[in-house]
Amino acid sequence: MFAYILRRLLYAIPILIGVNLISFALFFVVNTPDDMARMQLGVKRVTPEAIEKWKAERGYDKPLFWNAGAAGVEKATETIFFDKSARMFIGEFGRAEDGRDIRREIRTRMGPSLAIALPTFILGLFAAISCALTLAFFRATRFDFWGVVLCVTMMSVSSLFYIIGGQYLVAKVWQWVPISGYSGGLDAWRFLILPVLIGVLAGLGSSTRWYRTLFLEEIAKDYVRTARAKGLSEALVMSRHVLRNALIPILTGVVVVIPSLFMGSLLIESFFGIPGLGSYTIDAILAQDFSVVRAMVFIGSVLYIIGLILTDISYTWVDPRIRFQ
Amino acid sequence: MNFQMVVLWSDICVALLLAGLIGLAVFSARRPLLRAAWGRVGASRPGMAAATILVFFALVGLLDSLHYRPRLENAGDGKAVYSVEVLSALDALASPLRERVEKTYSAPFAAHSYSRESIEIEDADGQKRQGRDFPRLTYGGAHLQTDADGKLSGRAADIAARVLLAFAAAAGVWVMAASAVVYALARRQARTLESPEIPWRQTLREIGQGKTVFAWNSVLAAFGVLLLVLMPLFFLCADYHVFGTDKVGTDVFYQVLKSIRTALVIGLVATLVTMPLALILGLLAGYFRGWIDDLVQYLYTTLNSIPGVLLIAASIMMMQVVIDTHPHWFSTAAERADLRLLALCFILGLTSWTSLCRLLRGETLKLRELEYIQAAQAFGVPSWRIMARHLAPNLMHIIVITLAMDFSSLVLAEAVLSYIGIGVDPLMISFGTMIDNARMELSRDPAVWWSLSAAFAFMLALVLSANLLADAVRDAFDPRLVR
Repeated sequence: MFAYILRRLLYAIPILIGVNLISFALFFVVNTPDDMARMQLGVKRVTPEAIEKWKAERGYDKPLFWNAGAAGVEKATETIFFDKSARMFIGEFGRAEDGRDIRREIRTRMGPSLAIALPTFILGLFAAISCALTLAFFRATRFDFWGVVLCVTMMSVSSLFYIIGGQYLVAKVWQWVPISGYSGGLDAWRFLILPVLIGVLAGLGSSTRWYRTLFLEEIAKDYVRTARAKGLSEALVMSRHVLRNALIPILTGVVVVIPSLFMGSLLIESFFGIPGLGSYTIDAILAQDFSVVRAMVFIGSVLYIIGLILTDISYTWVDPRIRFQ
Repeated sequence: MNFQMVVLWSDICVALLLAGLIGLAVFSARRPLLRAAWGRVGASRPGMAAATILVFFALVGLLDSLHYRPRLENAGDGKAVYSVEVLSALDALASPLRERVEKTYSAPFAAHSYSRESIEIEDADGQKRQGRDFPRLTYGGAHLQTDADGKLSGRAADIAARVLLAFAAAAGVWVMAASAVVYALARRQARTLESPEIPWRQTLREIGQGKTVFAWNSVLAAFGVLLLVLMPLFFLCADYHVFGTDKVGTDVFYQVLKSIRTALVIGLVATLVTMPLALILGLLAGYFRGWIDDLVQYLYTTLNSIPGVLLIAASIMMMQVVIDTHPHWFSTAAERADLRLLALCFILGLTSWTSLCRLLRGETLKLRELEYIQAAQAFGVPSWRIMARHLAPNLMHIIVITLAMDFSSLVLAEAVLSYIGIGVDPLMISFGTMIDNARMELSRDPAVWWSLSAAFAFMLALVLSANLLADAVRDAFDPRLVR
């Protein structure tokens, strides 16, 4: 087990290097730093001096990969690649366009992001499993049919409409909660309840439909027939046998997203003015802040890889039959 | 010639798609297994109802893909000068909608503007004075008369009369279409039975009770619903803004129609990009295994681990810099917007090919152990030929299912990306840009709800029918499902 995890961790390193190279290629090779400087300073009325100054301030005036002018090790370290990409491995993300330290921003914004993402995740999972179990209990009836139709309709609605519609109805027309904003401490629940509920609702359709098929697959198995043959009631079969066994694919399937919860939700955070990582990313995209976007790409892929490893571990944890070679 | 044809890059893609679909149809018709699978799709009631509605969307999209530049009227020296504005066949058909631009917001079916303006008001004694009131719209409801106290008269009656007329026309069209179907089916029935008399009544009954193999009853029902919704819109949109107007006074119905092509191009071209890459890499990895497999797996794990939105954001930002620094590449704004649309399709395709590639690799791993492949290998058939002739055709079902399932998620993704500002060009009309422009409108007082509602309704219709058709396709093609 330990050796397996170690091997997975080692395998993550080439993937991270790949991610790093891809993002480096996207940001620096497709466009030269000169192009980016022109973009940031405005295409018109830009002087060569202004471009040089912009590049020097941000350390973009070095060569891309190989500094032939420097001595010794600095041939490799005094380059844009080393400065901007290689240092991400030790958590050095540099500064954003507005001069703030990206690492500190990420640390302060993680809290609000988790405050939204974690309840949404847990409540969403619970709601979807309950709905799917109900549909599976009434399988092949009219209720089941219309339930699936409702699920397909719900997943056909863009998440933007859930957010816009929910915000308009609950916050503006009924005025139950503030429209947007955030505060720390216990008072935060008033700001959090609506985004969490909308997040749950927006994801309910597709996950309910998916879990329902998992339940139905489980119901078709032999041990379920045996349980019925023993004379157990349908409710008992569903809750005792089917639910427990169907939870294995459901839970191992969602483990991969758990680390990514730190990243927050792009849309919900920006609509509700929550100062989390999702709205930070959106602001960076809108302001064309390349360093922040690059940092988020790197963190996002690290979290995803952690999720993959956790998924593998969870397989052995819930199902002892699986062994790793 | 009073116009100049313009072929945008995305038009070429649409033409390629059309050719691909025809090719797929010919290919499936020759293979009994695929033909049987499509037959099962045709038998699915919800699937065929959805397909009928999708045909309408596809027609609008195709009309909107024939672009031209109109000739300008007074080009002095006889030399042909063409407008910089690129129009499409849809624009030509809907030119009343496109040209009737009001000053600002107006509600659906309104004859007055949404906001007050300083206008001259005639008093009871005939004196004119300045006052603030809701001015009449230039085009919306302009044919209506106002009575003595300035109230509109007869608007409801006018709308009702037009709707009734539209329903009558819809009924007429529907009856004609339905009789054509019954006629064709009955004739075919008579020919197969070699009976001299044509079984009209029986055919009619079979369609009505849903006993035909092809889901004619749901096709006709969906066609009827489509007519009942569209006919009144077409009858009313000549003199009213049926879905109101937006902030700069453009008709929302026109915007919705234009959005359809953008959504279709995003949903289909992105998969077109995805497919060859995923197919080739998946086949290579699954067939050769070894280091090729390792390499391909490394490639898609790496791409997969970058959060999709961020990869798209990064790519689009870079694309935008390239577009901005090379303005001389594009002769019209439409070409620039078009290139960005295509870039978005490519990027969406490149970020989403990984899941298809994984599926194809797994299936190839399974297929290559089967006897017929081993037989081909024993006969000395070259590897590329085994992959092209023996493996690829047997992966078709996975590709068709993925194509159908991805379409709706891509259309939804476009809206979100355009909202974030990394989607299509802001000047290009799409569901995403419509929502983006309307994001603050609900917080106005009174709320401006029509733009969002129209985008919502049309997007729901498009995505829901795509989802229903995708379900039917999956049920018909997936060999794991027991039938």
